[in-house]
Amino acid sequence: MAPQTRTVSTRTAGALHRRPRLRLALLLAAPLLWLAVLYLGSLTVLFVSAFWTTNSFTSEVVKVWSTDNFRELFTTPVYRQVILRSVGVALAVTVLCAVIAFPVAFWTARVARPRWRPLLVVAILTPLWASYLVKVYAWRLILSEGGLADWMLRPFGLSGPGYGLTAAVLTLTYLWLPYMILPVHTALEQLPANLFDASADLGARAGRTFRSVVLPMVLPSVAAGSVFTFSLSLGDYITVQIVGGKTQLIGNLVYSNIELNLPMAAALGTVPVVVIVLYLLAVRRTGALSSL
Amino acid sequence: MRLTLKAAVAVTLLLATTACGSSGSGSGASSSGLNPPDLKAPAALGATEGQVDLIAWAGYVEDGSNDPKADWVSDFEKQTGCQVHSKTAASSDEMVKLMKTGQYDAVSASGDASLRLIASGDAAPVNTDLVPNYRDIFSGLKDGAWNSVDGRMYGIPHGRGANLLMYNTAKVSPAPTSWSAVFDDASRYKGHVTAYDSPIYIADAALYLKATEPDLGIKDPYALDQKQFDAAVSLLRKQNANIGEYWSDYLKEISAFKSGDSVIGTTWQVIANLTADEGAEVKAFVPEEGSTGWSDTWMVSAKAKHPNCAYKWLDWIVSPKVNAQVAEYFGEAPANSKACELTSDKNFCTTYHASDETYWKNIAFWNTPIEQCLDGRTDVKCVPYAKWVQAWTEIKG
Repeated sequence: MAPQTRTVSTRTAGALHRRPRLRLALLLAAPLLWLAVLYLGSLTVLFVSAFWTTNSFTSEVVKVWSTDNFRELFTTPVYRQVILRSVGVALAVTVLCAVIAFPVAFWTARVARPRWRPLLVVAILTPLWASYLVKVYAWRLILSEGGLADWMLRPFGLSGPGYGLTAAVLTLTYLWLPYMILPVHTALEQLPANLFDASADLGARAGRTFRSVVLPMVLPSVAAGSVFTFSLSLGDYITVQIVGGKTQLIGNLVYSNIELNLPMAAALGTVPVVVIVLYLLAVRRTGALSSL
Repeated sequence: MRLTLKAAVAVTLLLATTACGSSGSGSGASSSGLNPPDLKAPAALGATEGQVDLIAWAGYVEDGSNDPKADWVSDFEKQTGCQVHSKTAASSDEMVKLMKTGQYDAVSASGDASLRLIASGDAAPVNTDLVPNYRDIFSGLKDGAWNSVDGRMYGIPHGRGANLLMYNTAKVSPAPTSWSAVFDDASRYKGHVTAYDSPIYIADAALYLKATEPDLGIKDPYALDQKQFDAAVSLLRKQNANIGEYWSDYLKEISAFKSGDSVIGTTWQVIANLTADEGAEVKAFVPEEGSTGWSDTWMVSAKAKHPNCAYKWLDWIVSPKVNAQVAEYFGEAPANSKACELTSDKNFCTTYHASDETYWKNIAFWNTPIEQCLDGRTDVKCVPYAKWVQAWTEIKG
């Protein structure tokens, strides 16, 4: 038995050694199968079912090929409006995150004392350990009538935004901020100090150094962070249900259609996919995807 | 890699459709009236199967795990030997979807789901002789438009409730008497009005128009022709400007009334009680125009794997003692007339108007709108539920 087993295994090992392509194929087969079948497969099913229709009374899916769902998607004003609103929210959240993340990251990466830096990064990451729902419900309390936001703004004669679009943007910004701070922090940390010296030697002041040295080197990281903030905001429907008042985003439309009109839900579901693919293509041009 | 190719084809097609734009409102499938498949109810019961799979509203199937005092499942299991597996559904639409899987034996369907289940053949007619407690069900709940077809019952009534108008007594004055408080006069509480987040809420607007715009000739808020439907939708569009938030999760409504984010809007009796218990100053009542309401019916799946246990459950849940327990726990009027003597709160049936048939005369129970007008008109086509769903999305904007 033993010699024979050895020959089989040595022969296999030999064959694999001689054929590096076979080795690679075997190594990649499982993950590729995963990608193709589970990931791309489910996306394909999504696209294909968007072309089906439903029986208007029993809401059973009728597998008849038709483009009605997409036609409706682009001709019904409410869908267009909701799509634009969702993209607007995603962009607003991304811009807010970038604007807030930059000074925070600059402080944690370059201003704070080096031994405090890891602790500060941990502090930024702590909110990610808490449940998403707990955080959103906390914001529901903060923004409620007479809640923390109202109480803090009252001395200035103002009141909180209440539930609505603004509340949804604020809450989403809070939720996804760490995903923006982290890449920016890393980029700022890696900036060589001698570039600042060189810039100063050449007579540039702080503002000029920031514009010509820091910003171009950090921008790809901001773009990388924006991939997270943008796509996470575009797909969210729970936050807006809890703090968004009567606001509807794409996710809410998908959710409200999924039980009665699955094909329409699928058609709506392709919108964020297409938007995010376009966004990724745009971001790729900045070279940000290599610094993810 | 053929799959990726397929995806690429799909994307191309998608882009092609975008490019085309196109005209015409396409909705090919048209549904006829209510012609349920001819299904047979069992003539007699056999041996129990040892298990039953239920779909229910939260609070209908309690085994003591949520609240040790609420347990009517354990005794059922002991007496019948049927192990209860229950799945809580959050909406009528979810119930319909779950029933379609064929994995469940019975469902506690509201009127906006029941007709759909009957028409699609997912629910079977029920032989009421096999449910001894059916005798004691209030007559107002038997042979309803939402639970029977041509005098054939498709389930056993469980309980009922009205959609009430709740308001914050400190912030809303004078006290409202009419639904106009949330429709024509809603601007007084701009940003603090709430409404039920479901297409079926369109019927609430129709019910208000029935009283205030007699020219529209609305007889049944669930049977609206295009003109009546458009009037209801435009009323709701106007209301939308004053809405703070819609509610479907009742904890959300309680928190909104407690904080004052909502001060007026529709509610259920049980939510009103809970909100008051939590210290908010609220009152809930049926306005002068009457109201919409819901009545739940236990239906048996046409594909039930455990039909005998399902029938045992139907009889159990409407038996006087259990019906009293579940009605009190959930906060609704019980269906069994003998249940009222067995409630722990002796005023319970009075609070919920359980036996007050004149009260229920003013309540239009949820029903599924179909093309064939439910009020008997044959000269016009009514707007089917699928269009209600779409309109609801458009109302919310």
